[in-house]
Amino acid sequence: MSYQKPTFRHPQLPRNGLDLTRSSYEGLISTLCAGCGHDSISAAVIQACWELDIEPHRVAKVSGIGCSSKSPTYFLNKSHGFNSVHGRMPSVATGANVANHELTYIGVSGDGDSASIGMGQFAHVVRRNLNMLYLVENNGCYGLTKGQDSATADEGSKSKSGLENPFENIDLVGVALEIGATFVARSFSGDKDQLVPLMKAALSHRGFALIDVISPCVTFNNHHGSTKSYDYTRDHIHTGNIVDFVPARSEITAHYDAGDTTLVDLHDGSSLNLAKAQPDYDPGDKGAAVNALLKSREKGEILTGLIYIDTTEPDFHEVMSLGAAPLNSLSQETLCPGNEQLQKLNAGFR
Amino acid sequence: MLPTDIKDPEYFHKVVDCQYACPAHTPVPEYIRLIARRQYTEAYVINWESNVFPGVLGRTCDRPCEPACRRGRLVSETSADGKPEEPVAICRLKRVAADNKGDISNWLPQVPVEKNGKKIALVGAGPASLTVARDLLPLGYIIDLYDENPRGGGFMRSQIPSFRLPVEVLDEEVDRVLDLGVNQIFNQRVDSLEALLAQDYDAIFVGTGAPRGRDLDLPGREEADANVHIGIDWLKSVAFEHTEQVGKKVVVLGGGNTAMDCCRTARRMGGEQVTITVRSTFDAMKASPWEKDDALREGIPFLPNHTPLTYVCDNGRLVGMTFDRVESVYEDGKRRLVSTGEEPVFVEADDVLVAIGQEVSFPWIEQSTGIEFNEWGEPVVDATTFQSTNPKVFFGGDAAFGPENIITAVAHGHQVAVSIDLCLNEKDMLADRPAPGTHLFSTKMGIHEWSYDSPVTNDERFAVPHLANEVALVDRRAEVELGFDPQIAFAEAERCLNCDVQTVFEEKKCIECDACVDICPTNCISFVGNADEKTLRATLSAPADQTDQDLYVSGDLPTGRVMVKDENVCLHCGLCAERCPTAAWDMQQFSYTVTKACRIPGPLTGKPANV
Ligand SMILES: Cc1cc2nc3c(=O)[nH]c(=O)nc-3n(C[C@H](O)[C@H](O)[C@H](O)COP(=O)(O)OP(=O)(O)OC[C@H]3O[C@@H](n4cnc5c(N)ncnc54)[C@H](O)[C@@H]3O)c2cc1C
Ligand SMILES: Cc1ncc(C[n+]2csc(CCOP(=O)(O)OP(=O)(O)O)c2C)c(N)n1
Ligand code: SF4
Ligand code: SF4
Ligand code: SF4
Ligand SMILES: [Mg+2]
Repeated sequence: MSYQKPTFRHPQLPRNGLDLTRSSYEGLISTLCAGCGHDSISAAVIQACWELDIEPHRVAKVSGIGCSSKSPTYFLNKSHGFNSVHGRMPSVATGANVANHELTYIGVSGDGDSASIGMGQFAHVVRRNLNMLYLVENNGCYGLTKGQDSATADEGSKSKSGLENPFENIDLVGVALEIGATFVARSFSGDKDQLVPLMKAALSHRGFALIDVISPCVTFNNHHGSTKSYDYTRDHIHTGNIVDFVPARSEITAHYDAGDTTLVDLHDGSSLNLAKAQPDYDPGDKGAAVNALLKSREKGEILTGLIYIDTTEPDFHEVMSLGAAPLNSLSQETLCPGNEQLQKLNAGFR
Repeated sequence: MLPTDIKDPEYFHKVVDCQYACPAHTPVPEYIRLIARRQYTEAYVINWESNVFPGVLGRTCDRPCEPACRRGRLVSETSADGKPEEPVAICRLKRVAADNKGDISNWLPQVPVEKNGKKIALVGAGPASLTVARDLLPLGYIIDLYDENPRGGGFMRSQIPSFRLPVEVLDEEVDRVLDLGVNQIFNQRVDSLEALLAQDYDAIFVGTGAPRGRDLDLPGREEADANVHIGIDWLKSVAFEHTEQVGKKVVVLGGGNTAMDCCRTARRMGGEQVTITVRSTFDAMKASPWEKDDALREGIPFLPNHTPLTYVCDNGRLVGMTFDRVESVYEDGKRRLVSTGEEPVFVEADDVLVAIGQEVSFPWIEQSTGIEFNEWGEPVVDATTFQSTNPKVFFGGDAAFGPENIITAVAHGHQVAVSIDLCLNEKDMLADRPAPGTHLFSTKMGIHEWSYDSPVTNDERFAVPHLANEVALVDRRAEVELGFDPQIAFAEAERCLNCDVQTVFEEKKCIECDACVDICPTNCISFVGNADEKTLRATLSAPADQTDQDLYVSGDLPTGRVMVKDENVCLHCGLCAERCPTAAWDMQQFSYTVTKACRIPGPLTGKPANV
């Protein structure tokens, strides 16, 4: 039994712009079940951060409770991390972001953590457009507590014991669109070719970026009759568009048929080249996005790809006019100017 | 690419880098595991079955396995200098088995009292002939072994100095073969193959080695003759105690292993100022790096880039040699020595030892025997059967293809024995050649438990302790290397990655969850669209440009992709199999044994019939 990963790596591992190999972005060996989709998502985070030349110590990982929320331990060992309480990751992320908006925030949550106990917090972090990547590792169940149906379980999906879920499901993608998310995507843990560019786009987006990642629970929700299994997902997946992330100051090299691609510029100078798998659909048009989502649901398809993006909305930091300098870099006197100032302030309200 | 045929015995064999590189294909990782478990006797017997001289080879082998060792292709993230690992000390672990083994007599093959009526002559009692004898005696053959020397062992006795190979170690292993019932016809040089063929032998094996040392004819050679010695002749006369001392100042010409043995022997025979001179650079010298280190450790200076010009005599007696200083210039990969134009260098010498190579020599083989020779005077021999152009006569060891080493001679010996046995039983020596013995079994013991030590240690290669120079240099017979003690041997054995424990993939179980891809520390595994090998190598998750290492390719998976594993830097750590939810990966131990003319008992080949 191996508790530790050997320290040997491929001798010719490529190095990124920081002269780091992927191994600098790894975490501890996973204790999740073998084959859990969450581990693939961790691997995708490692790949995306490495490719983006993000300095590991400039990342803060925040999570709630669940197998999914445990997974930050298994990537970015050298980053900041906060494993909070069930469904409360958004408030920890908001507080940290207010204190230091210069870090890259990666929130990791589960469908239980976000769509059940944390639904309230989820809604508010979306509408505040907090600058972060919010990953929902969506397996349709409470993996950590042995596989009870979660709120994202589809109506009619069978649990391991054979019972059908009688309730309508919550689609976090639909909810996020409705309440003002500026970057909404869905992907599948088993498709890193799609997931990694989406993550890179989300990490480069200024504002709230949700990626709802279907992430099969091999132990409790990967059987016949489940709509979140590897097989079911593969059979019903429908790619809305193919995202090609174009880093700042580089030429667009991907080739798609002219007319079928849209270029979206991001704030940090990078851009997204979106090749549409569906000709009549534009991810800049929220109405069209909602429509596409509803249509695919009617057809029993799982729509993946970048579903909606809006790069014009100000993020939480800007809305709150929190200033350029991170609050945690300000001195005690600046942050708490003393009783005299307080009295003056209060006098102004009288 | 087509799906990999893992039933082909050579596929997994090639993954066991050390065993594949070993001419005799000794099952290295299996004996290393046995050493770690302190089962030294079994570890020894596995070796004996395969290479006949484990005690000798554990001290002297040329170790082609070590440069091939997988560990040498790896760099640890914890390495301070970022340099690749040193290989596992495979050779010196073998010695540990030999030094610590118990009684092996129960494992020895039974030799029938009733003979099969067929008689074989073996010429030359080196490792090649002794291997043929060992493999044929249990089948009832009558073996006559000829050698010009008083004792068996060939060059192992006459050339390899006893400070590297104690006589007792050699005697034990040579006698073990002779005692199986060899008719020893020693102190007898074979002067005519024709005469031998005229006797009632059913087959003759020529294992006479490469016994002629090259001379260096330069001005002054004749006058200096009394003090100029051919290296291998001189070493032999030291070994057989005809030479007791050498001059105080000795110059050794040559940069190979023979030169290293000459200089180190000279240091122990009264040579106080012994110098190695070589035409090449220090790095390009032919000697194994460890032999050079050993000479340096004994305070022997090297003069590289020196081409000998003349022997210098005074009053009819050698006083030294002159050398031209040269530079090695490489053009199109070929080396040319260019004089620097400086004054010749004079080096004082009472004796000169010429160690610039040796060659085969067959003055005793008449044309009438039908044996053909190539332009270099080497016999024309089939590379698989070792048969010469006279169907009754076989060649092996250094006599067949020129000077090599002990383990190559042994490997030839096994194949010669197979050929002779097939030939004398009217079978086809190619079509009826037996396939290797292979066996594949799961090492799974529990959910994440294997029957081998799967974790990878970060220990660096352990050095073998040496006898202090003050003691070593005054006694030609004192063994310099002291060997690993059991504790260090264990730690060194744990460095072995168990490359014979194969990652076996069963595609119908795979659900393409990527867990194995994500966990693999060295990024060996990829799931990609199938393509030709060149394209595949370019699309894998990590560089796969080591084309001598195979790609393991599965059949089509449900998503239309294939699993491709680059065998190059797989750690055999078992993590892919531990993380696989469906046991599509399994860690299976693969054993491979070269099939011998007769079954020699051993842990991998089966217990002896009487046990
Ligand atoms: C100085 C030196 C050091 C070496 N050190 C090593 C080492 O450390 N490790 C290693 O692996 N290899 C070493 N070698 C090489 C190794 O010794 C040989 O490759 C190996 O012994 C070859 O085995 P063989 O069976 O072919 O013949 P040999 O061992 O050469 O034996 C041939 C025998 O045949 C006898 N013979 C020859 N002609 C006749 C005849 N007409 N009639 C009767 N007898 C005859 C010879 O005297 C000799 O005894 C060394 C070689 C030299 C010269
Ligand atoms: C306040 C609180 N309520 C309930 C729990 C029990 N609990 C632990 S994990 C979990 C559900 C996790 O589901 P999800 O977020 O989907 O994560 P998964 O394990 O499926 O990845 C629950 C209900 C808890 N830890 N804390
Ligand atoms: S229980 Fe399910 S979600 Fe949790 S680690 Fe296991 S497979 Fe993953
Ligand atoms: S690591 Fe062990 S099994 Fe692998 S090549 Fe080296 S010695 Fe052989
Ligand atoms: S871990 Fe097993 S099931 Fe998953 S991709 Fe690898 S081989 Fe297939
Ligand atoms: Mg869940």
